[in-house]
Amino acid sequence: MDSTVTSRSERLLISARKQLGRFDFECDVDLPLAGVTALFGASGSGKSTMIYLVAGLHQPDAGRIAIGSRVFHDSAARIDIPIERREVGVVFQDDRLFPHLTVQQNLLFGLRRAGTRAQHARVTLDAVVDLLGISALLARRPHTLSGGERQRVAIGRALLAQPRLLLMDEPLAALDAPRKAEVLPYIERLRDEFDVPILYVSHSVDEVLRLARRVVVLDKGRVVAAGDIDEVLQQPAVARLFPAIEAGSVLPCVVRDHDARYALTMLEVAPGVMLRVPRVDLPLGTALRVRIPARDVALALSQPMDVSTVNRVAGSVVNMTPLDGALVDVGVRIGSSSSTVLRSRVTLEAAERLALAPGLAVWCLIKSVALDRATLLLPAEPLRPPSSPAANEVWGALPR
Amino acid sequence: MLTPTEITALRLSLQVALTAVTFSLPLAVLVAWLLSRFEFPGKTLLDAVVHLPLVLPPVVIGFFLLVLFGTKGPIGGWLYETLGIRLIFTRNGAALAAAVMSFPLLVRAIRLSLEAVDRRLEAAARTLGATRLDVFTSVTLPLMLPGILSGCVIAFAAALGDFGATITFVGNVQGETQTLSLAIYSLTQTPDGDAAALRLVLISLTLALVALFVSEWLARRVRRFIGRA
Repeated sequence: MDSTVTSRSERLLISARKQLGRFDFECDVDLPLAGVTALFGASGSGKSTMIYLVAGLHQPDAGRIAIGSRVFHDSAARIDIPIERREVGVVFQDDRLFPHLTVQQNLLFGLRRAGTRAQHARVTLDAVVDLLGISALLARRPHTLSGGERQRVAIGRALLAQPRLLLMDEPLAALDAPRKAEVLPYIERLRDEFDVPILYVSHSVDEVLRLARRVVVLDKGRVVAAGDIDEVLQQPAVARLFPAIEAGSVLPCVVRDHDARYALTMLEVAPGVMLRVPRVDLPLGTALRVRIPARDVALALSQPMDVSTVNRVAGSVVNMTPLDGALVDVGVRIGSSSSTVLRSRVTLEAAERLALAPGLAVWCLIKSVALDRATLLLPAEPLRPPSSPAANEVWGALPR
Repeated sequence: MLTPTEITALRLSLQVALTAVTFSLPLAVLVAWLLSRFEFPGKTLLDAVVHLPLVLPPVVIGFFLLVLFGTKGPIGGWLYETLGIRLIFTRNGAALAAAVMSFPLLVRAIRLSLEAVDRRLEAAARTLGATRLDVFTSVTLPLMLPGILSGCVIAFAAALGDFGATITFVGNVQGETQTLSLAIYSLTQTPDGDAAALRLVLISLTLALVALFVSEWLARRVRRFIGRA
């Protein structure tokens, strides 16, 4: 972990129980607050409940919620800090802009109430307006804005209240795909430019992978897993919950080379293991993630030389999970010393014919055309040269 | 154009109605807020008491006022002895009668507008550092404004028109409690008073129409202002 972040970051403790009608939420997590932490799960898994408990919009039936030494709620000690004194910003799924105020008045609503924190504000109006590209909107009223513009203003308003923690409750869920694509880069920018930890609720794998570094996975009101995103999403218990992840692997990688003639880019996914993908215009050394659909990975017992597939990666089978419809999900550890696992989906017939079993050496064949721009996910961290300490931690398996 | 007596009655009516609405408005907001946002013992009773003037004959309300606010009544007696305020047979008494009669209309309009305010906006305001009171004055109240305005206009019109409670409580004293309605009534009881009564009726009609138009215009402006149009 980045030492500068660690030394400054506080921890968020949520140990709480909450009954909402027939929905029962119980959670006990202790998270470092730095960068973006995703709360990930299907609808009704308790992601928003968790956010509401931290903001004070829900009161736990029992439990304790605290950031560092600041206790927000402690049922046993009968402590419950009112919402307005928690200094926690919230961006809701619906923008919740005040219709009777202009964009500028909306933006200043929280700043005007931030008291002494506003005097040495880390986040200024100019900086926010500039970052979110909303200078042309300041005099307008919310009902004249588009959905994407409204959500950008809502994000700015929450930031300007100088929160110690920003909670984002599916801020893109109410937007259509083009509007999502419009707002997402702004969220990436605020993550990179302002030093405000973010809890980001989402049920979209792509959003989570693009924005977050840590993830808390929830299912039916319980925390299933929490931790570094690349590790958590590989856990079978987590993968089983989410077909979108199960159907593929997400591998951290680094841009190593470009091939102009064939318009290919070489990505190193494990020490010495290169993937050739259609050219991406990113500088050498850029760390990113590549998502490889399991159905685009074929297996062979020996290195086939006479096929068109350009990506042939040696590895060994680590696990096999039977799936519905006579299919088998095969996990293959690639490279010699890495823990990187590539998932392949083969038919049961093929698995038996090849006598696939854990420990067996195999070759993974990955069609490079399957790895287009859409499956390459931008860095989840500000761009850093891969030799920096932070990158080594995140991409620990890679050589310097 | 208008005779001095007509002007006196018109000015008195306007003054009485304006006083009634001005003084009952804060109380109406409070009552509407209590009724729509809180559960408490006696809530049904409060709701019923507020709505009594709508369902009781105005004369009965006037009688209640007489009993409570007369110079010998429990409240009126105290007011008279300690503060020297006499309500009976005065224009302030007329304003009180008009206020009581129009109060349910005012509360209903305000309550409706309060219930239409999006509670999610209030929650958002809290997360931005606003206390409950701050949320009420800076978010809830502005969003209720159209309802408050239209409630005021309806209450104003009702206050202008009250007859039964007013005449029972404060009598029919020219220049002090004889509002337009009471003046019309007096003229219809006078031989050859019909023509004069008709003039007052036309004044009342004009007043009512102006009030309706002003309310409509204001409500539209405010709605456009807060972006609901």
